[in-house]
Amino acid sequence: MIATLPESSARERATGAPVVARLHGVSKNYGEIKALRQVDFNIHAGELVALLGPNGAGKTTAVKLFLGLAKPNQGTVSVFGGNPVHPEVRVRTGAMLQVSRVPETLRVREHIDLFSSYYPEPLPISETLSIAGLETIKDRLFGDLSGGQRQRVLFALALCGDPDLLFLDEPTVGLDVEARRVLWEQIRKLVARGKSVLLTTHYLEEADALADRIVVIHQGAIIAEGTPSEIKAQTAGKKIRCVTRLELDAVRRLPGVLEVHQDREALEIHTAVAEPIIRELLARDASLSGIEVTSAGLEEAFLALTRDDNGKTAA
Amino acid sequence: MATASTTLTSSAAQRPLGHMLRIYLKEAKYEFLKNLRLRAYSVSTIFFPVMFYILFGLVLGRNTIGGLSTSAYLIATYSTFGVMGASLFGTAAALAAERGLGWLQVKRASPMPPFAYFAGKVIMSMIFSTTVVMLLLLLGFTFGGVHMGLSQTAQLVATLVVGSLPFCTMGLAIGYFAGPNSAPATINMIYLPLSFCSGLWVPLMFLPKLMRDFARFLPPYHLSQLALGIVGAGRHESNWTHWEYLIGFSVLCLGVARFGFQRDEGKMYG
Repeated sequence: MIATLPESSARERATGAPVVARLHGVSKNYGEIKALRQVDFNIHAGELVALLGPNGAGKTTAVKLFLGLAKPNQGTVSVFGGNPVHPEVRVRTGAMLQVSRVPETLRVREHIDLFSSYYPEPLPISETLSIAGLETIKDRLFGDLSGGQRQRVLFALALCGDPDLLFLDEPTVGLDVEARRVLWEQIRKLVARGKSVLLTTHYLEEADALADRIVVIHQGAIIAEGTPSEIKAQTAGKKIRCVTRLELDAVRRLPGVLEVHQDREALEIHTAVAEPIIRELLARDASLSGIEVTSAGLEEAFLALTRDDNGKTAA
Repeated sequence: MATASTTLTSSAAQRPLGHMLRIYLKEAKYEFLKNLRLRAYSVSTIFFPVMFYILFGLVLGRNTIGGLSTSAYLIATYSTFGVMGASLFGTAAALAAERGLGWLQVKRASPMPPFAYFAGKVIMSMIFSTTVVMLLLLLGFTFGGVHMGLSQTAQLVATLVVGSLPFCTMGLAIGYFAGPNSAPATINMIYLPLSFCSGLWVPLMFLPKLMRDFARFLPPYHLSQLALGIVGAGRHESNWTHWEYLIGFSVLCLGVARFGFQRDEGKMYG
């Protein structure tokens, strides 16, 4: 496959920078549930790595392990060469976690002032406010903020201590497009300042927009890794929907077709590249109608990836 | 890597004292501001003891209790009631909510010294305790004809504020086991019966003998007896007995809170 070449070069480039945080052979169980299985995962200095996966894949568990908020059942976690629970490691990290309720009767700048005080050399509060775009709402109570503004405050709390390494756990979940783009801009500024960032997300689009490297996690195991374009080539297949007289089985036998479903009167065809298949379909059925081509969702992409793992499409 | 972690550890213990102190002060300051603006806390903590005192100590209290004016007697008991409320709600309600809804985890992921978190809540509660006691004294002096010297007043305030600590520890213990949303109801189910049975609402002498005897086992009883001793009433038992009860109770609560803390850390780190 073509993907092998850039993938190895990506790996070489990534390993060039020193590793700042590492999960080594890590497994984590919550009772019967295996949240992570034998995961090896490195964060390199100055990179933004996205941990991409559906809900329940183990993304938050990985972040918690890196932050010393959970302990692995197996394997080791090291951050800056030490145990993440040590205060001297914690002053070099910042975290934006998913939280159901933040104290609502403190003002934005008060929240930031308090978290800044935990660090030996925090950013000036005015600078934190400016990076997170909070200057105009710094005197508002947290409880009076919109969803996007709240996320930006949590983002500010993660960066106010000027840490070297930041963990952003699903920073844009539940935000509208506009608020999401604003936060993306701010995350890019962080990377421009030379910070290392681990971002978790279940939006391929988000990982694509921000990350130097994407690690795809599924059911607690890493199933793919590479630059955004490599990952997209592997995962972001297309979905063709059309009404045709062709038999389902005939369509399934077309080269490049991964999967076909009958969906009411139409067929849904999953494929890596849409154009050759459309050409073929039109050639065989002149009455073909209602063509729609969409990017396959992440769930479908995962299906494709996990199937790749079983070796079916190895050729 | 071994050398790296050694250098890290050696620098670990060296957060300068000044910086440490600043963290504690900020934590306490913002805990105070947070609760001051939270009317569910600030208003009810101050309002209920004051209202009870005005009603039973000033408006209806024309008699004497055990040779002491009702208005003076009830300053001691309603102050105890107020201190207990400020402490229990100030620690338990916030801890339960912040534990249960993820905020404590955000703070634990930061370099905040864990003890500062608890200290902030205790200091905040003590500020509210002091406020309640001062307000009742002010009302008693102005409208209830209560006379107390400066040293007696200072002694009463100091006793009640130091005596709030057992209830702060009790709050921490409750906070570790109560649900985030049900905590206020849980606190009330403990706070209100405990206050009544300890003679904080109705003086013990008006309660049946069985309840009077039972009260000796309750921590608020002992704090109220210390306060009553200062205003010139009380059962004249040794002050040490009362303090011993309160200290013993605090140790017990701290043990329970510690168990809760370790259970949480176990979930987090185990």
